[in-house]
Amino acid sequence: MTLRRFDIMVNGKPVSVRSGSTVAAALLSADQSTFRQSVAGELRGPVCGMGICYECRVTINDVAQQRACLRVVESGMRVETGAAGA
Amino acid sequence: MTARASGSDAIVVGAGIVGASCAAALSRDGWRVTVLDRAFASAGTTSVGMGHVVVMDDSPEQLALTAYSARLWRELRPQLTKRSEYDACGTLWIAENAEQLAALEGKRATYASANVRAEVIDSRALRDAEPGLRTDLLGALLVPDDAVIYPPGATLDLLDLVKQNGGAVRDGADVRAIVDHGVVVGSETLRADVVVNAAGAAAPALTPGLPIVPRKGHLAITDRYPDMCRHQIVELGYLTSAHAMTSESVAFNVQPRSTGQILIGSSRELVGWDASLNRALLQQMLKRAADLMPALRDTSIIRVWTGFRPATPDKLPLIGAWEQSAGLWVAGGHEGLGITLSLATAQLIADQIAGRKPVIDPSPFSPMRVLLQIPVEAHS
Repeated sequence: MTLRRFDIMVNGKPVSVRSGSTVAAALLSADQSTFRQSVAGELRGPVCGMGICYECRVTINDVAQQRACLRVVESGMRVETGAAGA
Repeated sequence: MTARASGSDAIVVGAGIVGASCAAALSRDGWRVTVLDRAFASAGTTSVGMGHVVVMDDSPEQLALTAYSARLWRELRPQLTKRSEYDACGTLWIAENAEQLAALEGKRATYASANVRAEVIDSRALRDAEPGLRTDLLGALLVPDDAVIYPPGATLDLLDLVKQNGGAVRDGADVRAIVDHGVVVGSETLRADVVVNAAGAAAPALTPGLPIVPRKGHLAITDRYPDMCRHQIVELGYLTSAHAMTSESVAFNVQPRSTGQILIGSSRELVGWDASLNRALLQQMLKRAADLMPALRDTSIIRVWTGFRPATPDKLPLIGAWEQSAGLWVAGGHEGLGITLSLATAQLIADQIAGRKPVIDPSPFSPMRVLLQIPVEAHS
């Protein structure tokens, strides 16, 4: 399998990612450690990395509350993190 | 039954929202109120329902009572704290077909006759109001003064009013029986001039003869999707589902919560006290929701659960004196409208105890009617 790189949009800015990586891995390697905010406004990021803890939820292609650890990056993907309260 | 001595004792059995409302009204009238609950405040039906304050017109009596109670909620609002989560989001009754569209105007006029504001909106206005709904819906009746509350929070607020008036709330009370002017708790008998049975779906266990049966419902709640749902939305056919005392039915009813979550209902079935999930019925309920509100297809549901509505055979609550037992008043049988009707229920009882003329005619709700009526509907 050949690894290639392409861009996805994270909070409106292009981020270079490696094909085959999860959205969570791509965000972390781009130094994006805050994925969302709790009801009380606490900053949250991935904990389990395997779909159990639900801490890594982001908006992917306008669909909210998607687990970043379970989605593989795709060319043209748009990801919004909850740093602004989403 | 016009005992009115200020500082006399009253006992309310059941610390759900109906019992809490009765206790608040009686304590405001000067009664020394003790609220007893076998578990704790709002441990039963109050904490597993949707929490709507909604005017409904299944019958003229229901319209009068819900309109009155919705008004009492608006008047109480300044005394509620944040935990009641009072949200005057309004209700949209949506029309799917020409027949339902034609019925909206009649429903509006019915609401107007009870001094309830309502407005028919067309399909375009409906799309603007709720973009998550199916785009081919024909219109809706908007009832802007309807609201959503968080019932356990409101119950605690009401019980705080009771405590401020010198009343007490006792959790974990082993209520065994209601007797003339008293309640047996464990091995002791507490005496009171007035006893109110507000034990919800469990009320008949303490007052045999009350025709109240548990009518199970399922609810589902989504993750947080702020702004996806802005009103309480109900299909116009809801009353058909609620009215028929048939085995199983579902009807579309969603609510925005203050967290941005969306609460999805509703189902009805008569299966005794079996609280287990009926997966087929739950699936039917969720399919109905996704059909009318396609935006829900992309949401995550984080929890589903069941609860029991205290249902009566004639679809009206039981509010008033129960003359088979001295000093006993009944406040129950509200089915799916207990949150809406709690305040009016309490006021009707407090007014009648005090010898005041209630704002609306209480006679249709008198529990004594059951002695003249068909027995409780059997259920498997």
